[in-house]
Amino acid sequence: MSRYDWLLFLHVASAFALVASLVLYTVLIVALWNRDVPSEAARLFRVQRVGDVLVAVGSIGVLVFGIWLAIDVDGYEVWDGWVIAALVLWLVMGALGSRTGKLYNSARDRALALAKDGSDAPSPELRALLQDRRALWFHVAGIATVVLLLIDMIFKPGA
Amino acid sequence: MLAAIRPDSWNYALFLHVLGAAVLVGALVTAGSMQILGWARDQGGGAPMFARLSFRTLLIVAIPAWFAMRIGAEWIRSKEFPSGADEPGWIGIGYVTAEPGGLLLLISVVLAGIGARRLARGRGADWLTRSATVLVLVVLAAYLVALWAMTAKPD
Repeated sequence: MSRYDWLLFLHVASAFALVASLVLYTVLIVALWNRDVPSEAARLFRVQRVGDVLVAVGSIGVLVFGIWLAIDVDGYEVWDGWVIAALVLWLVMGALGSRTGKLYNSARDRALALAKDGSDAPSPELRALLQDRRALWFHVAGIATVVLLLIDMIFKPGA
Repeated sequence: MLAAIRPDSWNYALFLHVLGAAVLVGALVTAGSMQILGWARDQGGGAPMFARLSFRTLLIVAIPAWFAMRIGAEWIRSKEFPSGADEPGWIGIGYVTAEPGGLLLLISVVLAGIGARRLARGRGADWLTRSATVLVLVVLAAYLVALWAMTAKPD
């Protein structure tokens, strides 16, 4: 395998990890939507750890191996329009992911605190946090950004 | 360096194939993680919940994603290697992993569905849900090999 083959494999594998994290978070958001029992929500949030690892590995991997590829491959440059578009979309994705994470992490922390207190009665406050429309829209915008990144990577407009 | 010389008309097929494959891997990771969490003894009443979610993820996300991946694969193969053209080895790896993987995925959906139903009724279903978990992990490993073959393109 050449260096190009390795770099492409690692770049695409990182992109798959990133998409996998979004699928996992989406399933988690849907699963949590109508929950208000703290212990149930806290249990469900345990799967979030897998998504956190995937999103960290995936987002750093696509950036590092993507830039490396752009430098390594003849015919591509880091300042090509489609590469710059990808970098901008990566930053947007990061900002959206950070906002989404903050909102859902506060819901998770509240669920954990309520469950730890032993108050496992349905909590309207927890339900409101889990049904936060801003968090949902940040997540949907993050998905749209990753789809745009994928379109940019495959169609390479201007290349 | 196919990416650099790929005709634009192939891009729609490649987009469908890659998006389907990425979502499929995501669904397998999600379902597998939930099944493994459901195994944990400290879950209390969590096992039926994780089993049900895992089954739904496989049924609603993984199965449609498998079709998107497979349709996209056949579409781009028909463009890149029209009938009669010699196909390289990595295409064979794609077939060997995609089709049996799809069958195993289908079996895992059935096992996970029956297991989730039995757990919801308070009946034991350990072997069903654990078999589904093993199958999901096997399919995931096979698709990671396919991902390597599709990008590294060994002869």
